[in-house]
Amino acid sequence: MPEVNLPTLLRQHAGGQRSVSVEGATIGEVLEALQSEYPGMAGQLVTPDGELHKFVNVYLNDDDVRYLEKLDTTVLDRDMVSILPAVAGGGA
Amino acid sequence: MPVLRSILDLIGNTPLVDVSALSPKPAVRILAKLEGQNPGGSVKDRIALSMIEDAEEKGLLAPGATLIEPSSGNTGIGMALVCRIKGYKLKVVLPGNVSIERRQLLELWRAEVIDSPANEGSNGAVRLAQRLSSEHPEWTFLYQYGNPANPRAHYVGTGPEIWRDCPEITHLVVGLGTSGTLLGAGRFLKEASPQVRLWAVEPPTGETVEGLRNLDDGYIPPIFLEQGGADLLDRRTIVGPGDSIEWTRRLADLGVFAGISSGAALAGAVKCANTIEQGTIVFISSDGGWKYLSTGAWTDELDAVVERARGIIYF
Repeated sequence: MPEVNLPTLLRQHAGGQRSVSVEGATIGEVLEALQSEYPGMAGQLVTPDGELHKFVNVYLNDDDVRYLEKLDTTVLDRDMVSILPAVAGGGA
Repeated sequence: MPVLRSILDLIGNTPLVDVSALSPKPAVRILAKLEGQNPGGSVKDRIALSMIEDAEEKGLLAPGATLIEPSSGNTGIGMALVCRIKGYKLKVVLPGNVSIERRQLLELWRAEVIDSPANEGSNGAVRLAQRLSSEHPEWTFLYQYGNPANPRAHYVGTGPEIWRDCPEITHLVVGLGTSGTLLGAGRFLKEASPQVRLWAVEPPTGETVEGLRNLDDGYIPPIFLEQGGADLLDRRTIVGPGDSIEWTRRLADLGVFAGISSGAALAGAVKCANTIEQGTIVFISSDGGWKYLSTGAWTDELDAVVERARGIIYF
């Protein structure tokens, strides 16, 4: 099962765990599984229109899935999925 | 070379240097655009001059005016240089965890430093500057994250320079902060050559930034949203401090003394090189190494430096 790293903000909904493992062959399936296993996250990751929440960035290993195949991006068992909030970065 | 009228005339026109010795593939060239050659020491001199002259043209800056800007360092330093020469006062809202040299350079050009909480990163600096500027309408807030004169500096400067010096470019790799370089240079190069692909590199900051109450507290630079950054960008990838410092050291082995974010951009360029058979990748080396000597990045044991880098804003 792919491992999902949770941002600090979402850990409270997963008993404080920093990362959890859930089933899923695509990013969309992984997020769906996450939200059904940890209902506190429901609605926080994906909008009702099936798009990633504006301020949520999801990375497959190191790559932002918005620039891969978005929610259709394939996820393998050994992959690491990371959820990070969009914040003002460095370099400024 | 003609005698220059002002140090500000040295801003821009930076060189490209071939660092293909670090490329994983013989048919993929990698070139560094050395923004550390700017007089204030970073790529941000370009947007500092662009935003201030834009405000002057719009009549927003009376002689001796006071400006305020949130910055993790480089924009503040560039603005401090321009303001010092043009006679403006500058207040820079600076996260507490930047390298000591960044703070010293701001003081050197007489900017006033206002500290924002270290654990809130650049987000906290932006919030504090927004609050202070609303409390002080007499201060001018040029707001680099939302000012079109930021990407414009790269649309008229950085992008055309790269195209002039390297029309064979296939990929541009930039660090992502305000997104100004990406939007300006990236758009120019894609218009010049639609085959050019844009990669953005970012540090894993989102994980460590505190002070977010919920995800709706998130932040995307307004210029990124207004100028279609997501449509322009082809790939966005995270580079951690370990890889950033290792590649910064490899650059130094070639004699290129660049800042730690340059190592991150180079790591992105190498990753990009691994996905193509042939091409020419240009990456932006945002600043020189001078401001990071105190981090021990080149001299101390790697693990210790990486651990230290986790606690500072180096990007």
